[in-house]
Amino acid sequence: MTVGAGPQAVIPPKPVRPPSGLAVAGISLRAWRRFWLVLGIVVALTLPLFAGSFTTFQLTQAAIYAIAILGLNLLTGFNGQFSLGHSAFYAIGAYTAAIMMDQWEIAYYWTLPAAGLICLVVGFLFGLPALRLEGLYLALATFALAVATPQILKFSPLEEWTGGVQGIFILKPDAPPGLPLDQDQWLYYFTLAVTAVLFVCARSLVRSRTGRAIMAIRDNPIAARSMGINTALYKSLTFGVSALYTGVAGALGAIVVQFVAPDSFTFLLAVTFLVGLVIGGVGSIPGSLAGGLFVLFLPNLAEQISKGLAWGVYGVILILLIYVMPSGAAGLVRLVTMRLAKPSG
Amino acid sequence: MSRPLLEVENLTAGYGQTRVLHGLGFDLGEGEIATILGANGAGKTTTLRALCGMVRREGDIRFDGRPIGGLSTEEVVRRGIAHVPEGRGTFVRLTVEENLRLAAITRKDRSEVAADFERVYDYFPRLRERRRQQAGTLSGGEQQMLAIGRALMLRPRLMLLDEPSFGLAPMIVQDIFGILRTINSEDRVSMLLVEQNASLALDLANRAYVLETGRLVLSGPAAKIREDDSVRRSYLGY
Amino acid sequence: MDAYTILQQAISGVATGGIYASVALAVVMIYRAIDHFNFAQGEMAMFSTYIAWSLMHAGLPYWWAFILTLAISFLGGVLIERVIFRPIHDAPVLSHVVVFIGLLAIFNSAAGFIWDYTIKPFPSPFASGGLFGSTLISLHKAGMIAVTLVVLGLVYAFFRFTEVGLAMRAAAQNPESARLVGVRVEWMTALGWGMAAAIGAVAGMMIAHDVYLEPNMMIGVLLYGFAGAIVGGVDSPGGAVFGGFLVGIIENLVGLVPFVGSELKLTVALVLIVGVLMVRPSGIFGTRVVRRV
Repeated sequence: MTVGAGPQAVIPPKPVRPPSGLAVAGISLRAWRRFWLVLGIVVALTLPLFAGSFTTFQLTQAAIYAIAILGLNLLTGFNGQFSLGHSAFYAIGAYTAAIMMDQWEIAYYWTLPAAGLICLVVGFLFGLPALRLEGLYLALATFALAVATPQILKFSPLEEWTGGVQGIFILKPDAPPGLPLDQDQWLYYFTLAVTAVLFVCARSLVRSRTGRAIMAIRDNPIAARSMGINTALYKSLTFGVSALYTGVAGALGAIVVQFVAPDSFTFLLAVTFLVGLVIGGVGSIPGSLAGGLFVLFLPNLAEQISKGLAWGVYGVILILLIYVMPSGAAGLVRLVTMRLAKPSG
Repeated sequence: MSRPLLEVENLTAGYGQTRVLHGLGFDLGEGEIATILGANGAGKTTTLRALCGMVRREGDIRFDGRPIGGLSTEEVVRRGIAHVPEGRGTFVRLTVEENLRLAAITRKDRSEVAADFERVYDYFPRLRERRRQQAGTLSGGEQQMLAIGRALMLRPRLMLLDEPSFGLAPMIVQDIFGILRTINSEDRVSMLLVEQNASLALDLANRAYVLETGRLVLSGPAAKIREDDSVRRSYLGY
Repeated sequence: MDAYTILQQAISGVATGGIYASVALAVVMIYRAIDHFNFAQGEMAMFSTYIAWSLMHAGLPYWWAFILTLAISFLGGVLIERVIFRPIHDAPVLSHVVVFIGLLAIFNSAAGFIWDYTIKPFPSPFASGGLFGSTLISLHKAGMIAVTLVVLGLVYAFFRFTEVGLAMRAAAQNPESARLVGVRVEWMTALGWGMAAAIGAVAGMMIAHDVYLEPNMMIGVLLYGFAGAIVGGVDSPGGAVFGGFLVGIIENLVGLVPFVGSELKLTVALVLIVGVLMVRPSGIFGTRVVRRV
């Protein structure tokens, strides 16, 4: 039984996949996909063995951003609701983890489900009034959320909890005893595991009946409603799940960076997520991984090219990327694949 | 023997990878009304859009002797061709009057514009009543009238009409077709009409063309086409 | 807290609101012209203001520099549209947003690089002192409001009474239909960008006197201007100006509430704005597009 859709609801059928008879260079697309996946897993698993400590740390952050971006993707890419406020959910997750670890001395792994749950509820509650707003207006409302967050975090009466402007420091967790990994490596694998689980869940969600209902709302809300889909419920739920993802990312972020402070969670972070979403590919789950890598490494690259004009170079790179891949990295891959693919056999 | 107003030779057009028209060729004389009939998907709308440069096309298209095959849509319109598209193309957020004013912008003969406004309102009194209303609140029939009115304000020599009867009540359709006949005879506007309602179209037109999967399979005077057996069976229902 | 303080804050809010209103107007202008929001509006205005500053430092009197800056900004707007946005006009909306973000970064960074980050004073074309000698509102702020209203009047007249204005609105709303009546859509879009850039320059030059010229001067202001445009109704220039003033007043009055103070001023103001949107989802004067399915 699918929540939010009565028994009479007509949910769109499974989309037509490209004919499985397509192949590139004689190898079927399905085999190619499997190849890339296996290669990716192998590379991801063995990277810390070659990369230095700092690079491992950076890759961990990239994975965390990827999760946050995936959260935004679920809401904006798959459900069509524009959000400029996901930095708020990230902050909620981060502070949840920090407060739990610092004040209540709870182990780091419990902070993830806690952050997720809290953000699920907050996201859902925010999603309810947001139902009335669309497009630009929703953008402003979520933007208000993003701007409000650092201010609320700095708010004096709450200082006892939030640590005010100074923020909260956390201790980096150790690898479980018996594993020959240092702290950075352990956090890398831990994050990788969480990333894998969350991405697989997202994929199942998107392919399920619920997922198709969510996408139907994006594509044609009036038609969706007239097919019996409870758009209000779905939209709010999607907001909640989206916030959950970004909140878990926030918690991971806090653990990995060992520090939370209000000014780390300004609307600039929300903009960063949006940029990652678009560059990776809106509506593409693997795209979110690419997006995470982009937003982490692009600013560094820009700074290397020109210290004084770092932001300017970043802007130029962004614009060039959109020229080359207007539909993001995922869009480019799709285009190239379609060009190269020929019917097999 | 004067030159036809519109000469089309070897017109191919399509969307993306798909080719819809395969080497179409036809003529339209000055003052004539021609209709293109065909089933859904035959390429009728694509033909009109190809003439206006709204889809990728190749071939030889001449209007009044001059080639227009490489021109952008707005340049084609400025040469004297008005296209009343499928879906009416109404500017829903502008008023009725603004919709009409818009079409007069490219006119060189400004002194005639006021008179043309009156003519359009005379043809379509409903539009005069609703001139300050937002065009999006008009009914389907009224929006069709507005679309034709807009085309008239361009003072075109050729009008392309895409399914003007679509979704309209029969009485309104009769009215509109009557007005089209008047426009043709009094204002000397040639017309190329794409219609699903074959009977109505063949009543109005002088010539008819039948399109099937992007190819012209039949052409001739409307009266002859009306008598044709295959046309009667497929499009006239008897 | 007495009535006088409230009145004073309200009027001060109107004065600040004048700033937001001019930004909101620029924002709505471009929305009318291209059916898009230009997030880089603020940075472009800031850059234009720096150009004016350079011209004045090179010896040009105020009004000459003003006019020349308007011309340069207009050309700049047209150029940006042709070079940067024309090639991607088919791309999805969100990709456009990212391009705007990129533009924003470029302008901000370039301004800091060329003119450095020290705060510079910017002259006012109006005499100093208070309006009619009072302390309630300075002559400059009053002058700024007057300029905003004049520009509003011109913009309104342009869109309502001229043919080019009508063609521009049509091109933005429905480019394909606009072509079918002979409108050269590309020219209209470029023209719209040019005009919006020029209006932004006016806003920047007015604002700089009050907030001082530095690369980040527009960022806070843009937010309120943006909010003002949305609250007023994004397709109504008059609504945008009204919205700008309203936001200015709200911001100042909210700061008076004891619990809120200046820490949460921005937050509460935004929350109130969102509240307005809940009641009127298309803004106070925005037209609700009736969609017949």
